[in-house]
Amino acid sequence: MLADVWLVVEKDLRIEWRSRVTLSQVVPFALTVLVLFGFALDANRGVLVAATSGLFWLTVLFVTVIAVARSTAIETSDGARRALLLAGIEPSAVFFGKTVGVAVQILAVEVLMVGGVLVFYGAEVESLPLLVATCAVATIGIAASGTLLGALVAGVRARETVLPILLLPVLAPVLIAASRAFDDALGVLAVDGWAWLGLLGGFGVVNAALGTLAYGRLLEEA
Amino acid sequence: MSIVALRGAVVLLGRFPALSGIDLEVGASEVVLLQGPNGAGKSTLLRLCAGLLRPHSGSSVVLGHDLSKSRAAVRRSVGLLGHDTALYDDLTVTENLQFLAKASRIEPAAVGPSLDRLGVGARLHDVAVGRLSAGQRRRVALAGVALRRPELWLLDEPHAGLDQGGRDLVDGLVSEAAADGATVLVASHELDRTLELKTRRVTVAGGTITADVVDADPIEADVADADAGAAMAGVAAGRGS
Repeated sequence: MLADVWLVVEKDLRIEWRSRVTLSQVVPFALTVLVLFGFALDANRGVLVAATSGLFWLTVLFVTVIAVARSTAIETSDGARRALLLAGIEPSAVFFGKTVGVAVQILAVEVLMVGGVLVFYGAEVESLPLLVATCAVATIGIAASGTLLGALVAGVRARETVLPILLLPVLAPVLIAASRAFDDALGVLAVDGWAWLGLLGGFGVVNAALGTLAYGRLLEEA
Repeated sequence: MSIVALRGAVVLLGRFPALSGIDLEVGASEVVLLQGPNGAGKSTLLRLCAGLLRPHSGSSVVLGHDLSKSRAAVRRSVGLLGHDTALYDDLTVTENLQFLAKASRIEPAAVGPSLDRLGVGARLHDVAVGRLSAGQRRRVALAGVALRRPELWLLDEPHAGLDQGGRDLVDGLVSEAAADGATVLVASHELDRTLELKTRRVTVAGGTITADVVDADPIEADVADADAGAAMAGVAAGRGS
């Protein structure tokens, strides 16, 4: 199964590298949103630092919608999903492969976004391990949830608009937990960030389990 | 043993009965031409045989597997060329087929000969599929089917979009597959092309089989064609009213 997971990851990342969508479109989009949030808050340094965590993770959710839509479109375009089914790859391997592919893209954007909030908002990192762990754990949960819902809407005609309507509410717990963990990592609020990280881990495990169970059925029905 | 054994097979697409009680028995090494008007159910029949659709009722057994219980088991042994090519635009020709080979547990070294067999020249091997013409894409998709050496070939309009050379290659491929013991179901409107291929002609209309003729008997074939024409006219009239 690991070989199949890697096969799907390699394929999806190769396609992304070739199309340059993440690099040329998603990264500029994410940085633009961060700058616009700054404009909306009147470039008030104090307010921006206090709101950095929420703005960061809200932007990550927007990025996720784009990344998941793109990942779903790869399989729905020209019947490619059929090739996966006929090749006999385990659906759970496809799920984990696509989850890792989406997670890698989101993590790459997050690295640049962290640089963005440090420069634009004047935020400072107090606990780098917590910040890195939050990004990693939250992103895996986000990617798993997104991949699952992406498969759910794959057969829907207006999936581009249905996906955010379904995905954003589902990711609300991640927004809350990751923002609190980030608040601790950035020294903005005196909260137990590691406890919130545990909640993020639970979210990831639940979505991974759901994906393992349901993805095959969704892949068939799409 | 029958490769395809359908008895009263019904397939619903939503609530619409795309196949409404198909009876079809196909043996090893047979080449079967599926003909019929647009919307008759030919493509649905091929997708059912590929294990991509769940039968609603009736008995559907392909390669010894009951499709109502174990469709996944069938898929590894069938090759389906549909209306779309199931290729990734941003991957090169070679990358697409290597992905397919690895996923299907086939030695990637088989990719080159398979592309050569379909006349996909070496200069195209490293070209992204999205930059190919429709005919070239079709050839690559066919190379993907050939690469897997399936026991059951399911070809939906295989000549569509191909030039004369490509059409000849398809015919050769089908003949070779049958000679190697594979079973081939071809859905096509291009009867002039498929006349030389087929050993048996099955007419589908309105989701059922209206004629099933083995070529060896030309008189019977003519009668069946007349019946099929009447059935198609009936379907058309029914839809028009």
